[in-house]
Amino acid sequence: MRRRSFLTYAGLGAGTVLGTAACGGGSNSGGDSSSGAIKVAYQQWGSGTVMKDYLTTVKSAYEKANSGKTMELTPIVASENDYYTKLQLMMRSPRTSPDVVYEDTFLINSDITAGYLQPLDSFLGKWDEWDQFQDVAKGAAKAADGKTYGIPDGTDTRALWFNKDLLTKAGLSADWMPKTWDDILAACREIKGKVPGVTPINVFAGKAAGEAASMQGFEMLFYGTGSTLYDKDKDKWNVGSPEFVDSLQFIKTIFDEKLAPDPSVALDAQIGTRVSEEFLPGGTLAIDLDGSWQSSTWLDTGGKPWKEWNDVMGQAPMPTKDGSGEGKISMSGGWTWAMTKNASNADDAWKVISTLTSFENNLRYNINSAAVAVRKDVAADPTYTGSNPTLEFFSSLVPVTQYRPQNTDYPRVSNEIQVAMEAVVTGQASPADAAKAYDEAVKGIVGEDKTATL
Amino acid sequence: MATLTRPGAPTGPELRRRTHPIKVDIARALPLTPAIALLLVFLAGPILWCVYAAFTNTALTGAGSGDTKFVGLANFRAAFSSDAFANSVVLTLVFTVLSAVVGQNVLGLALALLQKRSVAVVRTLVGITVIGAWVIPEVVAGYLWYAFLAKDGTLNEIIGTLGLGQNWLYTLPIIAVSLANVWRGTAFSMLVYNAALSEIPAEIEEAAEMDGATGWARLRYVTIPMIKRTVTTNLMLITLQTLSVFGLIYTMTKGGPGTKSQTLPLYMYEQAFSFSQIGYGTAIALVLLAVGGVFSIVYMRLLRED
Repeated sequence: MRRRSFLTYAGLGAGTVLGTAACGGGSNSGGDSSSGAIKVAYQQWGSGTVMKDYLTTVKSAYEKANSGKTMELTPIVASENDYYTKLQLMMRSPRTSPDVVYEDTFLINSDITAGYLQPLDSFLGKWDEWDQFQDVAKGAAKAADGKTYGIPDGTDTRALWFNKDLLTKAGLSADWMPKTWDDILAACREIKGKVPGVTPINVFAGKAAGEAASMQGFEMLFYGTGSTLYDKDKDKWNVGSPEFVDSLQFIKTIFDEKLAPDPSVALDAQIGTRVSEEFLPGGTLAIDLDGSWQSSTWLDTGGKPWKEWNDVMGQAPMPTKDGSGEGKISMSGGWTWAMTKNASNADDAWKVISTLTSFENNLRYNINSAAVAVRKDVAADPTYTGSNPTLEFFSSLVPVTQYRPQNTDYPRVSNEIQVAMEAVVTGQASPADAAKAYDEAVKGIVGEDKTATL
Repeated sequence: MATLTRPGAPTGPELRRRTHPIKVDIARALPLTPAIALLLVFLAGPILWCVYAAFTNTALTGAGSGDTKFVGLANFRAAFSSDAFANSVVLTLVFTVLSAVVGQNVLGLALALLQKRSVAVVRTLVGITVIGAWVIPEVVAGYLWYAFLAKDGTLNEIIGTLGLGQNWLYTLPIIAVSLANVWRGTAFSMLVYNAALSEIPAEIEEAAEMDGATGWARLRYVTIPMIKRTVTTNLMLITLQTLSVFGLIYTMTKGGPGTKSQTLPLYMYEQAFSFSQIGYGTAIALVLLAVGGVFSIVYMRLLRED
């Protein structure tokens, strides 16, 4: 299953700054009947069925515990970007709106501003399990009005996955741990020279990969330069940044030197699935800059079971550009369960949401999707900690992790990042020119007065 | 089909005189009202909403969704100052000229001429093949071409042994989608020209032949002048069809790589649905409408000239 862009601890610090927040608070429990089914919308794509299996189990448990009530699963079959669009189109009208939706925190603030969701505070006050959520996670779906609009179900971090066999063949250590970007490039060149037929590294780039390109790709580089896309204290977006050019230059280097997949493969919409189901298990890709959930594809419940994955694949933190700062960097995100404004029956919808995020269900989901837990009781549970050998590694990156701008403009800025990357990958523009075009595009999106060189 | 004027349309002023009382007119129009009402609601309604939306910041998410504002010409100004938009306009023109004006039109005429001269078997075979391509749904056709041109596709399997293999969709995206559109759309032109050619009296061609006109000269001085109106009409129809081609390109390249095959319909889709900017997307739709209008005016002028 392709899960990406999680943004949980996102609310970090108290006030989440939103560019605009004209969101009406009125909780609308409009619905009348107690009979109506609660419609739950989620994304279904690719061959993985982790979410489907999980929801099916929750559905039967919910219906058994609440006799007479039903839960209706509404899979939205769509790739990442199409999922958001379809969901937003559904939420626009009371007639088509689901009651409970799976929202990426990447877009939740945007959808709160649009008025699609309703706050859950009145329910949270009476929910004793809310204390089990880590404080940082509680902020994941908090809007500028201070109200909470979604319950997070897990988080993630990102790092370098590498094939130990291929690296040793290239004369590198099986405990490979690059300290700088140059170390990564050096290793890639070794692999290219010594292990023919193997692609040294994959870094998602370009519009086909969507948010994965922005987050697993560009931002893992850019935030490792010590720079930032957006300063929420000053409410300014970063333009004219030399670090932006540096990050694009790294992308250009791996593509120019053919250290990355051929652009025609890298820019194909199937790249995400191919990396996790074809290139890595097939041993044709040595290093992959990707998320903590990657191994969920290879578990028995995943889309491409791969028994030996833990013996073959190693993990290393993504280094900062020149090893400065903490020396390593990660990005985090997360998904939440939220209630739509047009939910037919708010009480029932809440019952569904609280069932979805209860200890037992959350435990099973976090294990099956290889997510970093956000509930303290799940994180401490031995079945969880013992379920996946990489959990400890990816949890250890939480202290150095960064979060994307929690701002309604971010989704469009993110697209401009993908455009800039793709221009560089295809050779349409030099890193400097692509960065310049990005600057202009950002000025157009947020207004020139909200930009500065940070 | 070959002409735009309605045969037998009343022309003299005396024919326009009212021959019955106005009440009868209303009574006659009455049965039409449900149809007109439906048209207004389901056709004019969305179009008017589109025009309205083009002047607002309507969006699927974020501020423009909760709080829609009138923004005047801002969407159009943004479009005309955007490189991505300019790129799409150029690609749309390239795609239209290459695949419709040149490709479908010329090939359609050639096939029609070929069919006229060939024996029945050939005629049937050509007809079935060409019309088959036309009947296949757009997305299926797009996928067929994707499979043919992709890196490990049929074409490369064939010519790859000669070392000519490459990812055509990546190296020549706009040419690739144009080719596919020629393949798919030629049947329409062929049928139109079939009809027109069958109306040329055989005596005229025979006379030209008697006068010693070679094949090329006959085509140039006899056939084409005689079907000139059909040519223009056909050009107008296929141009308008081609301007709005979406499914074919979306299936084959999604407008990529980069923005190298992102014609206006794809740009519009991306802005409206991938980035949720419905207002901006509808503004582009209006521009596309205007482009179609310009083409139509040009063709209408050509028609009027003869």
